[in-house]
Amino acid sequence: MNKQPQTVSNRAHFVEVYPHNSITMSPIAHTQPEAAEGGSYTHPGNIPAHAKEHFITRYIFSQDHKMISKQFLVTGMIWAMIGGLFSVLFRLQLGFPDERFPVLEILFGHWAAGGMIKPEFYYALTTMHGTVLIFFVLTAGLSGTFANLLIPLQVGARDMASPFMNMLSYWFFFAASVVMLCSLFIQTGPAAGGWTVYPPLSALGSASIGSKAGMDYWIAAMILFVISSLLGGLNYISTILNMRTRGMHMARLPLTIWGLLFTAVLGVLSFPVLLSALVLLLFDRHLGTSFYLSDIYIGGEALSSEGGSALLFQHLFWFLGHPEVYIIILPSMGIVSEVISVNARKPIFGYTAMIASLMAICVLSFLVWAHHMFTTGLNPFVGSVFVLFTLLIAVPSAIKVFNWLTTLWRGSIRFTPAMLFSIGFVSLFISGGLTGIFLGNATIDIHLHDTMFVIAHFHIVMGVSAFFGMFSGIYHWFPKMYGRFMNNTLGFIHFWITLTGAYLIFWPMHYEGFAGMPRRYLDKSSWVSFGQFHRLDAMITVVTIIVFSVQLLFLFNYFYSIYKGRRVRTVNPWRANTLEWTTAIRPGHGNWEDEIPEVYRWPYDYSKDGRDHIPQTEPVTAPENLNDP
Amino acid sequence: MQNFLIFAILILGFIITFQIARASEFVSVIRGEEKTRKQTNKINAALLLVFLIVGMFGVYWTQHTLGDKILKLGTSASDHGILVDRMIKYTLIATGIVFVGTQTLLFWYSFKYQESDKRTVYYFPHNNKLELLWTVVPAIVLTILIGFGIVYWYRITGAAPANAMQIEVTGSQFKWEFRYPGKDGVFGKKYYKNIDEANDNPLGQIWEDAANHDDIYESGQIHLVVGKPVKLIIGAKDVIHSVGLPHFRLKMDAVPGTPTTLWFTPIKTTKDMIKETGNGKFVYEIACDQMCGAGHTGMRGEIIVETQEEFDQWMASQKPKYVQMKEAAAAPAAPAAAAKDSVAAPAPATADSITAAGAAKKDSTAK
Repeated sequence: MNKQPQTVSNRAHFVEVYPHNSITMSPIAHTQPEAAEGGSYTHPGNIPAHAKEHFITRYIFSQDHKMISKQFLVTGMIWAMIGGLFSVLFRLQLGFPDERFPVLEILFGHWAAGGMIKPEFYYALTTMHGTVLIFFVLTAGLSGTFANLLIPLQVGARDMASPFMNMLSYWFFFAASVVMLCSLFIQTGPAAGGWTVYPPLSALGSASIGSKAGMDYWIAAMILFVISSLLGGLNYISTILNMRTRGMHMARLPLTIWGLLFTAVLGVLSFPVLLSALVLLLFDRHLGTSFYLSDIYIGGEALSSEGGSALLFQHLFWFLGHPEVYIIILPSMGIVSEVISVNARKPIFGYTAMIASLMAICVLSFLVWAHHMFTTGLNPFVGSVFVLFTLLIAVPSAIKVFNWLTTLWRGSIRFTPAMLFSIGFVSLFISGGLTGIFLGNATIDIHLHDTMFVIAHFHIVMGVSAFFGMFSGIYHWFPKMYGRFMNNTLGFIHFWITLTGAYLIFWPMHYEGFAGMPRRYLDKSSWVSFGQFHRLDAMITVVTIIVFSVQLLFLFNYFYSIYKGRRVRTVNPWRANTLEWTTAIRPGHGNWEDEIPEVYRWPYDYSKDGRDHIPQTEPVTAPENLNDP
Repeated sequence: MQNFLIFAILILGFIITFQIARASEFVSVIRGEEKTRKQTNKINAALLLVFLIVGMFGVYWTQHTLGDKILKLGTSASDHGILVDRMIKYTLIATGIVFVGTQTLLFWYSFKYQESDKRTVYYFPHNNKLELLWTVVPAIVLTILIGFGIVYWYRITGAAPANAMQIEVTGSQFKWEFRYPGKDGVFGKKYYKNIDEANDNPLGQIWEDAANHDDIYESGQIHLVVGKPVKLIIGAKDVIHSVGLPHFRLKMDAVPGTPTTLWFTPIKTTKDMIKETGNGKFVYEIACDQMCGAGHTGMRGEIIVETQEEFDQWMASQKPKYVQMKEAAAAPAAPAAAAKDSVAAPAPATADSITAAGAAKKDSTAK
């Protein structure tokens, strides 16, 4: 532990690039407001200091991690709106299967002839809803935003390990977005085989209209997306491992960074498997191979493919697919841990246990994929192994929940919108996590698999709660992004309606599942067993529309606050300990105007020794218990 | 016009909400930001408590209103379903306790420990005993659930009893087809390239195989015998489907090229269920549970569970496909009648080569 005040630059590298960095900064003395607006410090090897950034290099092909993070966020928001709108459309069909909505015909032409959504269109909507929200919003939009924004700022680096690769990562995501968007406008419509795109349905154009050109666009977009995700992930890992400032050893990283690190590791290890699965699917579609096809008679014709296995795709897909849900939830867990600790004015309880449980989840998430396949005729022994690992993953999840609860205990809680969304996250994570214990058990899954119970489960535990983590992060770090606050009142309205709405929408869906109602049914009128929920479905649809409109309110709040929000007047508005609050209110490229601060302690010294908070940059002068594991 | 009105009301709603939000910000500046913040803090804390109470009541109310619309635990119509229901019950008890406990703590703590000048925050960074407690306790509970789960799972997926009735189930877009092995108890061989819907061979049966001659074909509906184990041999022609049997609490995918099996014993006849549910129209339904294309929603099959006598009566009235086909070929004085008399004729020229090579290799349903 170096207790001497810092006088020399901690990395010779930076001395060369920032020759005037020799001023000694008391770590918490960066209080000149607005001083670094549009900052003059640039990344090493990039643009020389004081060079003026052009519009294009600053806002479009930017290599500044903070700008890239905003690009990810805004693109994610656009996709969230599209994906959310899709869900409103198919909920209209589910809630009011006999009603006609002439406006739909005006908007979608023959896909909604007579104001009724056609089945092909319905499945295109659900497929795109899933794909867009899981991959484009909750993977790219969530990790892309917060990994970019927080990693350099919280580990104390001027930028990512490779800013150029980081920029590429966004632009591959952008390209993926463009291709996916185009697929919405082609004649045969976008992919419609479900977001899991199981072959043979997705492999054969004759099986579904969505498996014609739309599926090729889908595969192309996802391949671009995987590249984007890998470029991003490698960068996040190398930045966290190599570019921490002096004193920031791994056990002093904020939990946000730990969450993002494990997310990136999961992504780097699992996305390539999806890539290979999709390439094989492409071969099956166009090159006459039979990786996934066997014994198929379709459209009055027997295909020549024999010997392939449709289940191979499912194994490959879920080898990504299951870690993917943790890719979605881990960044939110990190954000929530940080926000709860800051706003409860209390250290996060069990920091080491939190990291250990993240690590346990990370490892176990690779050993549970076949729990999506209990009903595929899996060998019963293999099934039982996956039951074991699947239910075991509930242990680290439980540890996290109890640690969050204990963090709240005897705190002094400020209910900012960010804090409310974090509390909402914990509530949803509990509810959705517990229903996972039903589905992870093969004995129950054989009944509830592919029913509305599954829809309720994963929307609560992975969809809505990851969104809550994302909202929490946006409200919390908005001041860092734009130097202004978002409107609190709108934030409170947003939170209360969204939380109530989320439960109203998804809680009753469990009952539909317990009635055995399959997912992806658009009209239950021909069924004796599933017709009893039509009033419930109508209610859910109405709530969905309300919750969706409230998200528009959030978007409005976001964009309005960028320009008109209350200005941030202190460097550290939340009185937080982490490094990002030691930069100027609006940090320029390079983040710290002077030297990168050195770190002397963990990030959770709140309410310690009678002091409200002790920033990480404050040297240890007297003997104290440092909580270094 | 109506759409326009709804749109206008929405916009108006937005503007009003936004103006209120803006006004509240101005008010907070006038009244002092710190004072306003403390006040909203109290309001939000109170709302969290209200949410807990209303939410818990909502959980009860949902159960009250929807509870009789679901498949009640313990009313399963199959022996395996009883195990599933029991497992759900155990899990429901365990998770229910945790749900109420943790949600209550979460919202209660949030309310109780809201910001207050009077409270000094307790610096409590870690405690290994507590961590150990909530590692070990969930682990024990989960081990119990895993134990029951795996034991039941093996019982459900174990080998079917030797006396089980066998039925072959084939899914295709968007219907279910079934085959009983007939009197000989053996399914005849089939090969997917033999499927010929025009010539009444929807499953691709190989007519040279004599075991096929008494196989009964059914479409849309099957009959089962109450109390008699049944083994379904499940396949698909085109894409993946799934045989979903909600009342039996079971489900198994139908994968083209990879046959799967599922066995159970129905314990309630359709008539029993009509009495039990009070629904005169009750029928056991087979729901396709795996998204299979545009007609997925309508991919419905029916199961009739009846007594052995009723079943035998029904079975006696069934004609094997082979017989039907031969009769159809013989009855109309079609020019090809003579040719069709020969078994090999429907699948011309190549039939021999396919059956020879293919049947041996691709015989997926032979016992």
